Amino acid sequence: MTINRRLFIGTGAAMLAAPMVRAAGHGMPRVVVVGGGAGGATAARYIAKDSDGAIDVTLIEPTRTYFTCFFSNLYLGGFKEIDDLGHTYGTLASDYGVNVVHDWAIGVDRDAKTVALAGGGRVPYDKLILSPGIDFVDGSVPGWDLSSQNAMPHAYKGGSQTELLKAQVMAMPEGGTFAMIAPPNPYRCPPGPYERISMVAYWLSQNNPTAKILVSDPKDKFSKQGLFEEGWQKYYGGMIERIGPDFGAENTSVDVAAMTIDIDGSVENVDVCNVIPAMKAGRIAELAGVTDGNWAPVNPDDMSSKVDPDIYVLGDASEQGDMPKSGFSANSQAKVCANAIRGALTDSRVFPAKFSNTCWSLISENDGVKVGANYEPADGKISSTGGFVSQKGEDAALRKATYEESEGWYAGITADMFG
Amino acid sequence: MTRGACIRASTIGLALVVQASWAHALGNIENGESLFRQCAGCHEVGEGARNRVGPQLNGIFGRTAGTIEGFRYSNAFERAGAKGLEWHAEELDVFLENPKQLVPGTRMSFRGFKDPVQRADVIAYLRQYSDSPSDLPEADATATATDHDLAPEILALEGDAEYGEYLSSECTTCHQIDGADAGIPSIVFWPETDFVVAMHAYKNKRREHPVMNMIAGRLNEEEIAALAAYFSNLEN
Repeated sequence: MTINRRLFIGTGAAMLAAPMVRAAGHGMPRVVVVGGGAGGATAARYIAKDSDGAIDVTLIEPTRTYFTCFFSNLYLGGFKEIDDLGHTYGTLASDYGVNVVHDWAIGVDRDAKTVALAGGGRVPYDKLILSPGIDFVDGSVPGWDLSSQNAMPHAYKGGSQTELLKAQVMAMPEGGTFAMIAPPNPYRCPPGPYERISMVAYWLSQNNPTAKILVSDPKDKFSKQGLFEEGWQKYYGGMIERIGPDFGAENTSVDVAAMTIDIDGSVENVDVCNVIPAMKAGRIAELAGVTDGNWAPVNPDDMSSKVDPDIYVLGDASEQGDMPKSGFSANSQAKVCANAIRGALTDSRVFPAKFSNTCWSLISENDGVKVGANYEPADGKISSTGGFVSQKGEDAALRKATYEESEGWYAGITADMFG
Repeated sequence: MTRGACIRASTIGLALVVQASWAHALGNIENGESLFRQCAGCHEVGEGARNRVGPQLNGIFGRTAGTIEGFRYSNAFERAGAKGLEWHAEELDVFLENPKQLVPGTRMSFRGFKDPVQRADVIAYLRQYSDSPSDLPEADATATATDHDLAPEILALEGDAEYGEYLSSECTTCHQIDGADAGIPSIVFWPETDFVVAMHAYKNKRREHPVMNMIAGRLNEEEIAALAAYFSNLEN
């Protein structure tokens, strides 16, 4: 479909069909979305699509090609090309009439209800959606800061960092050491670091089988731990060493110039060092004044900020309750938010909030696992109402089916985000 | 359909609103015996039946799946049994329609009987080799197929397509709205009845899939009807 819905609707008779609007005295109501990932792109698309041109939607996203962070581990393992992960915003503009602005949002004036752009100018809004993803907490790994990200990549935002980490893994000397510093809770994609370990181990086992993987992890336990550890034992026996808090992992620092990692006084030379620092909401949330600590608290019925009823925060940046920070969660939250915003700005029906999440992880070739849950608003937060997780010892056919299902999900969610 | 006369309208009380294909009654034992030849390469039933490629099938009614001593089951069947799958006519009907749908990962390579009448016939044949009816739930003797035993009120619900459109956004995270299948099947333009039957099968765990059991599990009858109404009649 290439028809621009807004052109197609046109004027005249369509005006009769258009929903009644409640804009603040300036004609068509305006929604501005900051961040074009799983939360923001989905929200922009659904509001534009479902309002049939009755709401003016602007999406502010600095990158012209968006590389998903989800599935980026499969690129590290050699199961995806980097281009498989890249998506553009053309269809949102052409088919849905979203005004896509490639710029950085650098401030929010909540009294004037405008968003300031790095390139100059301000974009006015009636409702503002912030879906900026994550930034890193300064000083959480002593010795590392953002200026070190080339020597010691985080690769926890999709794109050039992912490519850099892959290149470094491929350049490791025979029998070399890949180190990861895993993040403390809460962080984006709970199984992500462990799927990454699996995928790096897979690649190394094929190409550099005497290499070692050293993980410093400040957490006692982690998502799908039993499944990952079973798989590591089965496929990569002896390659992976994970050091937890009982052996001082909370006291880990790096020396970027020397390429060393110091775990509670024990210093190791490493060839690749993947530092995944502690995380916080993307900085624009803090600049907008809607954060409390590292994250932005929201109401569970519609994802509106607890600070400002005209601002909504989606995905990783939000503090909403029980949902994990994931692309699936952000996509799910975006639809609830889009329905609520349309209801507030036009006469459309508002339905009760329902959320869900499923995270698939790949442990080795054709060995996929998943964990998922349903959520609903309760007790002032988004609360889990039940879920499932893959079991240890599942047979190869089921694991392969789970992996194939994850491929279907990737195609589905990216179509749902980008049209 | 020649077997229409077999529908026991007085017993199940909905023959006129329900198509024969989803409300067959007791099958024909003789036909079942001849159809069972397709199973007999792997399964024995009757006096002296032994486990072979597949387990022997004496006493299957009322048995928990995967529990015959001495037979090496697939992991899939071990799990199905552990989760409480018990063989009655309804379960056998779902299984025989598409074994891999009820028990993904089963080693049984049979693709299934698509014709519900044939399934009823085979089930009627097997039924002879289980315990006396007095030991069995009453439903087994006359039960209709699982996919087809929804109350007529549920099937008659008129879905709110606008609500369905909102609810559908939960589906479209995985199922593509243009019907493309990249590893997750298409759900667009299904007849409403098929959609409702499938979703209730997931909701009631007659069809096995953890994500779908979770998603369908919290949808009520109206919500399933709403989704069916929306997906059956999408705009292009």
